[in-house]
Amino acid sequence: MISLNVNGRTHEVDVDPSTPLLWVLRDHLGLTGTKFGCGIAQCGACTVHVDGVARRTCRLAVRGVEGAEITTIEGLSEDGLTPLQEAWLDQDVVQCGYCQSGQIMAASALLASNPEPSDEEIDQAMRRNICRCGAYNRIRLAIRQASGSAPRGGAR
Amino acid sequence: MTAPRRLTRRGFLKRSAAAGGGLVIGFHIPGFGAERLLAATVDSLAPNAFVRVGVDDVITIIVHKSEMGQGVFTSLPMILAEELDADWSKVEVEASPSTPEYAIGFGGQLTGGSTSVMTSWQLFREAGATARAMLVDAAARRWNVDAADLRTEAGVVFDAAGDRRATYGELAEEAATLDVPSSVPLKDPADFRIVGTNVRRLEGPDKVTGAAEFSIDVRLPDMLTAVVAHSPVCGGTVRSFDGSAAEALPGVVKVKQVPSGVAVIGRDFWSARQGRDALEIEWDDGEGARLSSAGLRDEYLAMVETPGAVAEDLGDAAAALDGAARTVEAIYEVPYLAHAPMEPLNATVHAKADGADIWAGTQAQTLDQRAAAGILGLRPEDIRIHTTMLGGGFGRRANPTSDFVSDAVAVAKDEGVPVKTVWTREDDIQCGYYRPMFVHKLAAGIDPSGMPIAWHQRLAGQSIMAGMGFGAPVDPSSVEGAAHMPYAIPNRHVELHSPDKPVTVLWWRSVGHTHTGFVNESFLDEVAHAGGRDPFELRRALLRDEPRHLAVLELAAEKAGWGSPLPEGRGRGIAVRKSFESYVAEVAEVSVEDDGTVRVHRVVCAVDCGVAVNPWNVEAQMESAIVYGLSAALHGEITLEDGRVQQSNFDDYPVLRMDEMPAVEVHIVPSAEPPTGVGEPGVPPIAPAVTNAIFSLTGVRVRRLPIRMSETE
Repeated sequence: MISLNVNGRTHEVDVDPSTPLLWVLRDHLGLTGTKFGCGIAQCGACTVHVDGVARRTCRLAVRGVEGAEITTIEGLSEDGLTPLQEAWLDQDVVQCGYCQSGQIMAASALLASNPEPSDEEIDQAMRRNICRCGAYNRIRLAIRQASGSAPRGGAR
Repeated sequence: MTAPRRLTRRGFLKRSAAAGGGLVIGFHIPGFGAERLLAATVDSLAPNAFVRVGVDDVITIIVHKSEMGQGVFTSLPMILAEELDADWSKVEVEASPSTPEYAIGFGGQLTGGSTSVMTSWQLFREAGATARAMLVDAAARRWNVDAADLRTEAGVVFDAAGDRRATYGELAEEAATLDVPSSVPLKDPADFRIVGTNVRRLEGPDKVTGAAEFSIDVRLPDMLTAVVAHSPVCGGTVRSFDGSAAEALPGVVKVKQVPSGVAVIGRDFWSARQGRDALEIEWDDGEGARLSSAGLRDEYLAMVETPGAVAEDLGDAAAALDGAARTVEAIYEVPYLAHAPMEPLNATVHAKADGADIWAGTQAQTLDQRAAAGILGLRPEDIRIHTTMLGGGFGRRANPTSDFVSDAVAVAKDEGVPVKTVWTREDDIQCGYYRPMFVHKLAAGIDPSGMPIAWHQRLAGQSIMAGMGFGAPVDPSSVEGAAHMPYAIPNRHVELHSPDKPVTVLWWRSVGHTHTGFVNESFLDEVAHAGGRDPFELRRALLRDEPRHLAVLELAAEKAGWGSPLPEGRGRGIAVRKSFESYVAEVAEVSVEDDGTVRVHRVVCAVDCGVAVNPWNVEAQMESAIVYGLSAALHGEITLEDGRVQQSNFDDYPVLRMDEMPAVEVHIVPSAEPPTGVGEPGVPPIAPAVTNAIFSLTGVRVRRLPIRMSETE
């Protein structure tokens, strides 16, 4: 049995310790907001926070995160939406939406460590997350809105 | 601007159950009998309904097109809500079931070709207007007044004096007892209050919280998960296999052969995936093993030297070429491309003796029903498709074999429990479906004034429609945009070769325009330069009788500052194209670094798509199309060697990332014409806008995609 702390709750899961965290979250804990995109840590769809840091879970063996504080998109906010998620809605960022959990988790980790990132810093942090719908400019705008450097969407 | 709000299916179901009665509007759908008009209460919900008016004032709009990011779950409800005079804050959207009433357009239920708004515009307007008329009629009867004296606004009926009012919910039960009017007046577009405004997508809130359900997220009691080992060679088959090592693994439930390969069914994805790694399979590679991209290229290059099927013949191109003051010739090439939607292909199937339920993010419910029925020995109507959100489509999730759905059906057949079959990213990139590789040979004749007077073009590449079972000497989707160009060039001749190859090919966001857009708009740029004319001015002259082309061309040029000086090291290129009935022009600003890396800094896009139902979404679709097209132009290439696809995932099939993203400006031409496509038309102009900009900056002509400056002369 592996003991995991996910979104503030402790879960005991009976899996091979080499199982990637992604599949434990999705198939064992039912937290399907974290997505499978590539399986080789290239696209970022599976991004969660492990002790506050954005990590790819498709290549992260569950044995390595025992005892860590894991936060998924479902646990990002205890009550309502975070300002980042609100900004995401204001800018109408999403299209198909599949990569967006990972994008939001990556962006919220960025803002936690760097509350007012430059466009360059946003690009460097977010270049690890692929969006095939190409919502990149709106993602950048939403991050800037949440960090206070862009007006609310809809103002234009 | 409409505020976003949370919408979950769970929330909807709860409220709808509590709602009791209400009004359901259906209407005549061509091909399904003349008398299917009906009104009924929510309790006796009829499946050919597009709108439900709840007694709680909630307006539920049922959409038969799949939401794959293109915004159809917002734009179609906007159209219906407009004519209904609904309170937009009370509008909810629901995916339709796969029943025959929704199998409209394309001879079935299918989402593609940028047609959803185009083909549903009238249908959804009438559906909304019909519901409104019945609600007004109900109020007129209740108040004993003439319906003509009543007006509606935001979900409320008012009488002329303004003394009495009733919400749609209050009138819904009475309205449900009335006859459905056979014809209803539609609004004057000048009175639109929802259509034409910037509206945020209805499903947005679920997509920022992880609550939106894609088919890969489906979880059912007793569900198992499978992965399938497919042949590493396109078209190969299983000769023999040993599944004993896989079956010995703890999470593996079963190993079984299916038509596409060998399936491993496990208690979860990772168990099945581990099981697949433990399989030992001997493959029969078949014919496909002889295929290589280099060989195909040689073959196609030889082919374009010989006559093909004639796709267009106007004037006398051969004579005009002979008599031209100058001629230009070139060979252009594009590779196979994978669609690579973010959500890997998957479907969940529960097959029972008398029917099957399929949960799929699919663009082609009717094709999937037929494929599943064939595999299970059932009738198509016994197959119930539950359409979830699609994690991107781009054409991949509508194909003639319903490959990923068929795979899931074959796996789940006889299992008795629901089985989710998931393709890995590699499964899709390798031996999936591709935009076909093409070679074009072109020649143009230019008169002494620099105007083109002759255009000769020969293409070689696989037919997509032949794969769909619609073989023809000239597949229109191969030559769209090459034959019958809008440019006033008097002598034109276009020929096509459609070689039959074992590689499965498919429409890929903007279909034939993906290559003809690049080729024809680049070659026209060559013609302009050869004739000493500005590429924008030449296009203007050749489009003088094409006002909608001209309008987007001029708008893009103006907003991009065409002709104004650029910073040192920057070049500008332009391209214009009509596709999917919409007109798009794009101007790209690029630089080329010392190592040959091409950077696209800014793209200015002008679009005429008729009425822009949701301008914000039109902008989003143009941005999206530009990114999709740039991914292909800068990076995209699928190659074959010994029948094996050499790419497998995002590491060797790279796509555009945020640090490569240009600034994009979208300008929409105001229009009162009926709405036309927006999902695809932004793709075709971007590659040539970029390569034309590279030429203007460096004098180097890129004639092969993806752009590799090291390979140019």
